Order: sequence, then structure tokens, then C-alpha cells
Amino acid sequence: MTAEHTTAREPELLRLGGVSVRFTAAGPPALDAVDLDVAAREIVCVLGPSGSGKSTLLRVVAGLQQADAGQVLLEGREQRGVPAHRRGVGLMFQDHQLFPQHDVAGNVAFGLRMRGVSRAERERAVAGLLDLVGLPGTQRRAVASLSGGEQQRVALARALAPRPRLLMLDEPLGQLDRGLRERLVVELRSLFRELGTTVLAVTHDQGEAFALADRVVVMHEGRIAQSGTPLEVWQRPASEFVARFLGFDNVVEATVRGRAAATPWGAVPVPDGTADGPCRLLVRPAGVRLTAAPEGLNATVEARTFRGTHVSLLLEPAAGPRLEAACPLRDAPEVGARVGLSFAERDVVVLDAGGPAD
Amino acid sequence: MRLGLLAVPLAFFALFFAYPVVAIVGRGLTDGGHWQFGRFGEVLGDPDIAHVLWFTVWQAAASTALTLLIALPGAYVFARFEFPGKQLLRAVVAVPFVLPTVVVGTAFLALAGRGGLLDELWGVRLDTSVWAILLAHVFFNYAVVVRTVGGLWGQLDPRQEEAARVLGAGRLAAWRRVTLPALGPAVAAAALMVFLFTFTSFGVVQILGGPTFSTLEVEIYRQTADFLDLPTAAVLTLVQFAAVLGVLAVHAWTVRRRESALRLVDASRTARRPRGGGQWALLWGTLAVIAVLLLAPLVVLVERSFAGPDGYSTVFYTSLRSAASAEGTFSVAPLDALWNSLAYGAAATVIAVVVGGLAAAVLTLPRLRRGPSGRTPAISRFVRGFDVLLMLPLGVSAVTVGFGFLISLDTPPLDLRASWWLVPLAQALVGVPFVVRTMLPVLRAVDVRLREAAAVLGASPWRAWREVDLPLVRRALLIAAGFAFAVSLGEFGATVFIARPDRPTLPVAVARLLGRAGETNYGQAMALSNLLMVVCAGALLVLERLRPADHSGEF
Repeated sequence: MTAEHTTAREPELLRLGGVSVRFTAAGPPALDAVDLDVAAREIVCVLGPSGSGKSTLLRVVAGLQQADAGQVLLEGREQRGVPAHRRGVGLMFQDHQLFPQHDVAGNVAFGLRMRGVSRAERERAVAGLLDLVGLPGTQRRAVASLSGGEQQRVALARALAPRPRLLMLDEPLGQLDRGLRERLVVELRSLFRELGTTVLAVTHDQGEAFALADRVVVMHEGRIAQSGTPLEVWQRPASEFVARFLGFDNVVEATVRGRAAATPWGAVPVPDGTADGPCRLLVRPAGVRLTAAPEGLNATVEARTFRGTHVSLLLEPAAGPRLEAACPLRDAPEVGARVGLSFAERDVVVLDAGGPAD
Repeated sequence: MRLGLLAVPLAFFALFFAYPVVAIVGRGLTDGGHWQFGRFGEVLGDPDIAHVLWFTVWQAAASTALTLLIALPGAYVFARFEFPGKQLLRAVVAVPFVLPTVVVGTAFLALAGRGGLLDELWGVRLDTSVWAILLAHVFFNYAVVVRTVGGLWGQLDPRQEEAARVLGAGRLAAWRRVTLPALGPAVAAAALMVFLFTFTSFGVVQILGGPTFSTLEVEIYRQTADFLDLPTAAVLTLVQFAAVLGVLAVHAWTVRRRESALRLVDASRTARRPRGGGQWALLWGTLAVIAVLLLAPLVVLVERSFAGPDGYSTVFYTSLRSAASAEGTFSVAPLDALWNSLAYGAAATVIAVVVGGLAAAVLTLPRLRRGPSGRTPAISRFVRGFDVLLMLPLGVSAVTVGFGFLISLDTPPLDLRASWWLVPLAQALVGVPFVVRTMLPVLRAVDVRLREAAAVLGASPWRAWREVDLPLVRRALLIAAGFAFAVSLGEFGATVFIARPDRPTLPVAVARLLGRAGETNYGQAMALSNLLMVVCAGALLVLERLRPADHSGEF
């Protein structure tokens, strides 16, 4: 588990090929022909709303759920028929699932005990891991007496103890309060970097995913909707679903011709090289510029929400659906004010011709 | 693997329950190899039998209603009020439930029977009226209601009712709309349990009913043992079986409804000190009921056992040690019955825990994967049915089981009539339902994901069971064993048939002593009942120490 710094591309540690899981005959599949590769030392975060199949994905890799179709390869080896306890992967459960009858040390040492590691070695490993997760000296404490954040750390130490080749995290910070989450996500990322751990995490929280991951995979109804670095996903959502899931609601029908698109809001400039024809268009709130009232598209300010670094405005334009705009604190108009609008080209994204979000 | 585990309990039930019952019913209903179904009409048309049927249903319904009426306020008091001595009182209230029916009958006889305390003081005798039976049934089943309903009541989140109040519901309306629907299934389940116990009541009615009052079970005993009229007994057994099956089906249905999602909280946080005159009156009223109805019979039983011919003495106890003193009732010293009972009870407990524990484990194994069609596989439905099957011994005539043992387990390789094991096997039958009922909720409560966590950390399924399940259910296992032991000690209906005359158990010895005239016999019956009570209450008090505080099981 030493951190070797290497620039060479790592081989695939996990490869999913066409994995499908169906719980009921009638309903939609929980996983629908999912392909996913995770390279060694990579931190991949699967992001999606609840019910999108994220947790099922982890359970399939862990061997807790059988796939109806497709294959799971770990270090190139097919895992069909390999039971959960022989797969050598770690899984941190959503609500930790610490063993109530064991104390902290008993929980952390569990996986080592299953592997027949000697008592002295176990004790040394437990002490080291508890130091690592910031809970030194808590070996004899009952798990019920721990706070949520502490349980979280014990669960992490327990999952790390057997040195799994792949560590999976199910909503790792889901139940913690905001401040703790933001601190822990930074700690986790630097810890995984340091240990060189390969991580596959799932979460519904975009902030968590973007802060933790090298690569974000957005899931929607059992399929992968987009995969890319946090920056790519944020700047270029691939579909209307991804855009709306990330909180972007300024999406309209558009028809591109040359450098501009015709939309219900009027002409909107599009990036160079955009193909002509009908499409869906996203204007990020930062790309909605306020001008003096008679210029451009006229709109009324319906609501303003203070967001700390900026003010978010809800605008009712003279034509077309409502718009959200982000504007600096000082320039924010009052509710009921009439403003003019223009659109900045670099915040306009042409979405793939995927179906409308539901 | 599921089927493998299932084999032991299945074989046990087939051999020691289904086979004897079928054998004796078959013998009663066949004549020269032909089935005689006409006997149903003959037997059920008999006005005496019709009267027994009517009385059985009537007294069970009346006992159930009376028990609910008296015990529901008690359930509320135990659930919502905090008062000193509550834990002790909770244990005391449960004592009657584990008392052998014979002891309950004896205690009420000592209180309200001929020459009983009330007779001596005011000349009041209840043993000739139905009230003695009804009150004895309330005495016996008070704890069933307090435990089943009160256990849940204490865990209902009071904030649910508060939410209704804030939304404008009055105190009573909030209770009716929020608490009552949540409690409904538990009340129904408790009522059905009480109905089941009183419908099949034997020991209590046998002792308190006299010649006038007879339940189905008593009538089956009379027809079998006194008149050797097997056809009538067989018909009555089947009638009782059908009725019990109906009650159990309804019970299983209410239990499943009860498992529907309720917001439960730690019971210790919902109880508080009573406030206001009404609440204090309720508390004191409940305490008075417990004192009069539950404690008085037990106290009188103790008092009578020491009330010798020449004032208070231990003469009845010391005379238990010699065979000669019993005026020819026994060929052995009555005290031997104690050692017989303990040995039989211990063996029965081991059998019941193994059989019941395996059955409960099978019922809680991870669900089989549903087929692609989304339907539950046939085996899962079978396993669910097995759940109900396990409850049957509680309701099938113990007399029939006992007599069935005698006539069916008489051919090699199953010639057990002379075997010492015959009694523990019959007693274990009654213990198994209690073991299953105690183990099931605990095993079901073990989070599947804890097992999964163990598996991901490298534990094989067997290792995961040992590491995760076993430590969590160890305590439930001990409680189940205690229950099985107490129930085995008190088993009467079957044991009375199969216990050999030179090896009586305590309840059998008590019943025999009560069946004879003479002050010594009466006093010795009281003394033996007392010994039995001490053993059972002792077992229960040990259980109470083991039982987790938030227990909300059925017993």
C-alpha cells in the first residue's frame, strides 16, 4: 500500500461488460447493459438519483447480487461463481453496518481475523489504521457510543484493513452533517491518494462526487448517462437528464443555424463548430447576462435567492420558459424589477439528442 | 441446505405429532376398515355435546373479553407510566402465565373453592359458578395482553399523537385516529392468543369446572379416559382442530399486519410519571387489580399449603417425602414427582430448543431469489406455511396427542411406550411453539447487511452466521430455553396419559391428590403446587434478567 508515483497508465483493475440486473419481470431493469472500467489507483464516483441502480452496481461487483447478464472482471479474471467472501474487494455500507457485538478493534480486525492473521499482527494493524483515520486509542470503545462521523471512520478502517484490491463506498458521507462531510471528503481523497487505493464510490450528492473523484460516472435508470472528469461533466453535460440532475434548468428546444440558435428566448449564440439542425440547448445561469431594460429579451425578476458568493435570480421572460440567472451580489436587481437579457456563448451547451428528462 | 435444516423439525412433527394424532383419529373414525363419517352427525347431534361446544365457545369469548377489559388499562400503565418497582411488577405479572394450569386451578380453589379463603370468611364460593373459570383465565392471560399490547404501546412514538394534536385533534380523537389503529393488530393478536388458550383450556376447567362445566378438551379427556369412547373423542378432536386452525390463520394474518412499518422508539423514553388525578387513579386501580386478581390467589395458595390440621406447620411438605403418607394415592413418595418433573423438563427443553431453533433458523434464512417471473417460489410458500404448522401443538388437543402416543408409538422401531423419553417428547411438542415465537423476531431483526458486511470482509456463510447471528441471538436462545422449560414443567393434558404411575410429574401428582378426599391430600396438593410455582416463577425471574428492556415479542 505504498504510494508509488508512476506516470504510466495503469491496467484496468475492474471491468464490467454488459452487466444487467432485473428484479422484476415487468419493471425496468435495475442495471441495463452497463460497461464500466476502473483503472488501478483511480477514484471513480458513480453519481445518480436514488433508484438509478448505483447501489446494485456495487453489490454486483461485491458478489452480493448476481448479474442476470454480462461479466465482471477483477484484474482480468471473470468473477462469475466466486462468492462474496473470496472476491477480495472491500465495501463500506451506506449506514456502516458495524457489528454491534464487537468493539472498535473487533470491528476493524474482523477481516484480518477471517484471513487467519495472527493476533499480534492484527493489533498492530488495527492501531495503525485507527491512527490513519484519526481515531487513535479507541480500540476498546463500543461502536454504539461513537458519533456518526466516528462510526464512519471505523467503517472505513474496517474496510481498509484487509487491503482490498478495490474499495467500494456506498454513499460514504450520506448521513453526516454538511460541515463534517466537506471536511471528510477532502481527508478521504488525500488518504486514498496516499495509499494508492482503487476506489469505486456511489453517491447522489454531486458536491461529494466532484470533490472525491478522478472520474465521475452519471447513472440514469440503470444506464450510464455520462462519464468524464468532474470538470468535463460540469462544463459539458451530455444530456438533458445530466444537465437537470446537476441543477441546470435553463434547457429549451432550439434550431441551430450557423453561429446562432433560434429558441423561444430569441437568438442564442452557440459555440463554433455546432452542427446545424434541431437540438436541446442549455444556458448555464452564469451565461444569462442582465442588461438595461429595453435591450435584448425583456424579463421580470420573480424571486432572488442569496447563495453566498452570488445571487440566484428567477426570471420570467416576455417569451419562453422561465430562466435562472446568477449575478454578482452588488448588481442584483430587486424582485419585480424589469431587466433585459443577453446570453454568453461560452456558457451555452448543446445537449445530445437524448430524450427529455423526467 | 434449507431443506436439510428443515428435515429435523419436519421429521419430529411428522413422527411425534401428525402420526399419533392421525392414528388415534383414524382409529376412532374407522370400523372394520371403513370410514364412518356418519359419526360426525351422531356426535354433533347429541344435545350434551352441543352444550359442551356452546360452552367452550362462550367461555372462551367471555374470558377473552374480560381479559381485554381488565388488562388493556394495565398495558397502558406499563407502557406509558414510570413508577418505582415497575420492573419487578412487570416480572410478577408474568408469573401466572408460566404457571401450570393445574396450579392456577388449585390456587383459585384455595381462594374461592369449598373450604377456601372466601368460603371461610364470607361463605362465598365461586367454584360452582362459571366465574371461577373466567377469573382463572384472566389470571392466566393478563400477562399475554400486557406484554403483547403494552410492549408495542411503549414503543409507539408519542410524537405521532402529538402531531395529530397539533393538527387540531382532541386528546381522545388523537388516540382514536393515531394510537388505536397502530395498536389494533397487536390487540387482535393478543385477543386471538387468549381465545386460543382459553378455547383449549383443560387443567383449569378440569379442576374448577366440576361436573357442570366442560370444555371440548375436558370432554375429549372424559370420552377417552373415562368412557373409552374413541369415536366421539375423534370427532371432537377434529372439531377442535378445525376451530384452532381457523384461529391460527387469523392470528398469522394479524401478525403479518402488525409487522407493517410503525415508527418505533426506545420504550424507556416514552414512559413518564403519572400526572393529574385521573392518571394516578388509573395507576392505583391497576395495582389494585393486580393485587386482588393476580397476587391474592398465589398468596392464598402459599397460606393453604402451610395451614395444617393443628395450625400453621410444614406438615404437608414433610409428609411429601414418604410414600405411605399419601393414603394410597401413590406407590412412591409425592416428592419424587419433583425430581421426575425436573428431569423430564430438562430433556424436553433440549429437544424443544434444537427442533424449534432449527425451525426458526430455516424460517429466517435469506429469502430465496425470486424467479424471473417475479413469483415467490413454491418452496418459500411452503416455508411460510410451516410457520403456522409450528403453532398447531398449542391448539391441538393435548389429550389426543397423549393418547395418540400410547396407541401409535407401540411398534418397533418406534416402540416408546415403556421408554423414559415418551414424556419429554410430548412435552417438547408444546415447548417448540414458544421457542419459535421467541427466536423468530430476534432472528428476523438481524440485519441482512450485517451478514453481507461479514461476507465482504471474507467470512464464509457459515462463519458469518457464527460471527454475526449467533452472538446476537444467544440471549434469545436462553430465554426460549427458559420458556420451554416452564411450559414443559406445567404440561398436563398429554402427560396425564403417558406418565407411568410410578413416575408422576408434579401437575399429574397434584391432580391426582385433588381427585381424592381428605385433608392431607388437599394440603399436599397445595404444597406440591407451591413447589411447582416456585420452580416456574424462579425460571421466569431468571428470564426477566436476561430479557432486553425493549422486548416486544408475543409472550
